[in-house]
Amino acid sequence: MEDIAIIGVGMHRFGRTDGVSGQVQGAHAVREALKDAGVSWDQVGVAYGGSQDAGNADALSNHLGLTGLPFVNVANGCATGGSALASVVAALRSGMSDIGVAVGFDKHPRGAFNPRPADWGLEDWYGETGLMLTTQFFALKTQRYLHEHGISEDALVRVAQRAFQNGALTPHAWRQRALSYEEIAESMPVNLPLRKYMFCNPAEGGAALVLCRASEAHRYTDRPVLVRAAVMRTRHHGSFEVFSPSLAAEAAPAPTVTASRAAYEEAGVGPEDINVIQLQDTDSGSEIIHLAENGFCEHGEQEYLLRQGETNIDGRLPVNTDGGCLANGEPVGASGLRQVIEVCLQLRQQAGARQVPGAPRLGYTHVYGAPGVSAVTILEAP
Amino acid sequence: MNDNVSVHHATRHLLNTSEQGLVLLGSRCVTCHEYYFPATDSCTRCCGSQMAVCELGSQGTLWSWTVQAFQPKSPYNGGEAPEDFEAYGVGYIEMPSGIRIESRLTISDPTKLTIGMPMHLVEADYGKSADAVLRTFAFTPSNPTEESV
Repeated sequence: MEDIAIIGVGMHRFGRTDGVSGQVQGAHAVREALKDAGVSWDQVGVAYGGSQDAGNADALSNHLGLTGLPFVNVANGCATGGSALASVVAALRSGMSDIGVAVGFDKHPRGAFNPRPADWGLEDWYGETGLMLTTQFFALKTQRYLHEHGISEDALVRVAQRAFQNGALTPHAWRQRALSYEEIAESMPVNLPLRKYMFCNPAEGGAALVLCRASEAHRYTDRPVLVRAAVMRTRHHGSFEVFSPSLAAEAAPAPTVTASRAAYEEAGVGPEDINVIQLQDTDSGSEIIHLAENGFCEHGEQEYLLRQGETNIDGRLPVNTDGGCLANGEPVGASGLRQVIEVCLQLRQQAGARQVPGAPRLGYTHVYGAPGVSAVTILEAP
Repeated sequence: MNDNVSVHHATRHLLNTSEQGLVLLGSRCVTCHEYYFPATDSCTRCCGSQMAVCELGSQGTLWSWTVQAFQPKSPYNGGEAPEDFEAYGVGYIEMPSGIRIESRLTISDPTKLTIGMPMHLVEADYGKSADAVLRTFAFTPSNPTEESV
């Protein structure tokens, strides 16, 4: 199978940018990625992208240029960016085009998401009676996970503490203030056991990648990052997912587990080979669950790893080196590609103060979310 | 509950009053026997589409819980002013068949909520509209000493 490489990365800063639409932020990210790759928009032969709340990705052509290219709108919830990337990789492998773009962007209203039950195939009562909240789901899943695996709430604090510590080292992060253990542990309960600083916020931003066949990559850059795997999977019956009025008696592995296994298989590597990691950290509990679901430790081992500093930038398993969703917020459409960009910068050794030491060779990104989707990539250094 | 005002029961269709009292209604797959709540017309386990309505009971144990500490935005319709909002408990209750039902809880004190505690089904008021009290199903601790006052 033809290898595909990322030759350009670009972002519009995550956070809040009043007066700038999500689409303008997406177009900005594409321009930055094109600049990084040294190519122009009219050289791009295929594009995939999407947002959850900021409109169609193909409308970015109105900003970038109406070149007639096939531009496919992706609407895959939290896996929108990952799905766009997997689709561009497949399109380039098929020979459909020489250069492809994957882009995600978003602009969410402040506060928690307020979904409509009918959009999810649910009756009105589920929303009306106060059960349809993503934060509740994360709390219920975390509470059960901590109970089953004997993990204390200390681990939830440490995840957030490391995220904001890394955010403080990241010039483009939204949250750049390191928080003390006490500040996090004593912050306002949102949905116990999760507190204010253990949740990421819906946000705004854009992220884009330019890709081509690896055999052509050196025409554009001396630092191409190889895509060794880009996989997206959906849930099975019995998986514990958001907005579930009931759960089946028999639990099934999460979509993260199936996406992760498929990615390792495609790349021909295992979790022990990975040097830098991005895990979906919608909240502290999710990151803890995802450490094990992606194969980086056993269930229940996380608290020890966190206490030992193993997930810090200078640890054995550096996780969310840019502060993850906790420090960057979550513009749903862009979030998965933000992870890929951070790992690219780490593999290109351009991550500045947050650079993982020892020239990391293999990086891993994992996104997970509504409605029970996960996307995983494995990337290799130039 | 005040019987002098009209009641809007948001989930009456999910409940049945049988000899055992109030029970939850769901469905069961005729082919693979998997349980569903609320009732569905297809089975995501075996991909079958022959379903039968069934009762899921009224007693269970608390499988997981949280406390909803902030007032939800729409579609929540509790109707209280922001300053009157009171935190409420939410949990999954494991029923005898093994299915876990998501439900509001009648208590919200985290020191009184423990995974594994026995709970049973009740009806509870959760808010007010212009002309009615809003009611739904909820689970409450079965051991009275655990109950809040």
